[in-house]
Amino acid sequence: MNLTSDQQILWQHGFVKLNGTVVTTWAMMVVMALGSKLITRKLSTGAVISRWQASLEIVVTGIEGQIEEVGLKDPKPYLSFLGTLFLFVATASLCTVIPGFAPPTGSLSTTAALALCVLVAVPAFGVREQGWAGYLKTYTTPTFIMLPFNIISEFSRTLALAIRLFGNMMSGVMIIAILLTITPYVFPIAMTVLGLLTGMVQAYIFSILAAVYIAAATRVRKPKPPETPAPEPAKASTH
Amino acid sequence: MDSITLVAVTSIATAGLTTGIGCMCPALGEGRAVATALTSLAQQPDASATITRTLFVGLAMIESTAIYCFVVSMILIFANPFWTHVIAGTAGK
Repeated sequence: MNLTSDQQILWQHGFVKLNGTVVTTWAMMVVMALGSKLITRKLSTGAVISRWQASLEIVVTGIEGQIEEVGLKDPKPYLSFLGTLFLFVATASLCTVIPGFAPPTGSLSTTAALALCVLVAVPAFGVREQGWAGYLKTYTTPTFIMLPFNIISEFSRTLALAIRLFGNMMSGVMIIAILLTITPYVFPIAMTVLGLLTGMVQAYIFSILAAVYIAAATRVRKPKPPETPAPEPAKASTH
Repeated sequence: MDSITLVAVTSIATAGLTTGIGCMCPALGEGRAVATALTSLAQQPDASATITRTLFVGLAMIESTAIYCFVVSMILIFANPFWTHVIAGTAGK
């Protein structure tokens, strides 16, 4: 039994290998890029818009709203990165309904690459928003002693992002494969439906966590608000 | 017992124990988290969006510990480095 689709070698010439992960990733990329190119070819701002444009608008505005709720007040610069992460992971898990399709996110190399993108993007956005000095100063908050722990957390959360997505997707594929040998007809379908649900939740969590990390890195430190008197506690009606 | 049997027995037993214990404890934690979230949803239905989002992120954090255990047991069963080492050692003799 293959643990990941990395071990599924489809074509080999010398030491150039083409494994299942690369093929499915590129197939998904082609489908998504061509699809969005076709849909956005003739956009209209009139009262009547095509169904495809409406569905794409729902997706984009939904992602934008979620990014804004996390705390990034101006979601435009982050939309392309976070939206790509979400759409890639979500499409990978949706495509598992195609028989014989092993999701590329079920391989540790893909999820490690996605997590490394987040690892690079967080300081990049932070530096762009606060400048080098401002961003590097966030590593020494609240005190200087926390510097090594802040650096460790940067790497450990990258590892956690990669392993979490890999474990969830791989376990879904593996449970279906095991159930196919035990109870062939009905029960694997139920697990596939459950896998679709967890796949969407994982896509949401991956992109939301990336958004939370970026929001923490780009938050410009505001001067302390003036002291306001605490609101009086509501009087308990004891009488 | 020769070393192949020893490695096999240890790997299989440890894999079962890892998934067993590693599912139990995060399940308790997730149960507590969901119960608290339901209580606060009942008290403050207006804040449902924030509570739900925080709950999802927190559940993902808790669940990842269970996922680590699962990955470790999968490695022990399907991609055990000690097993391949021992097999290579006996083949070389």
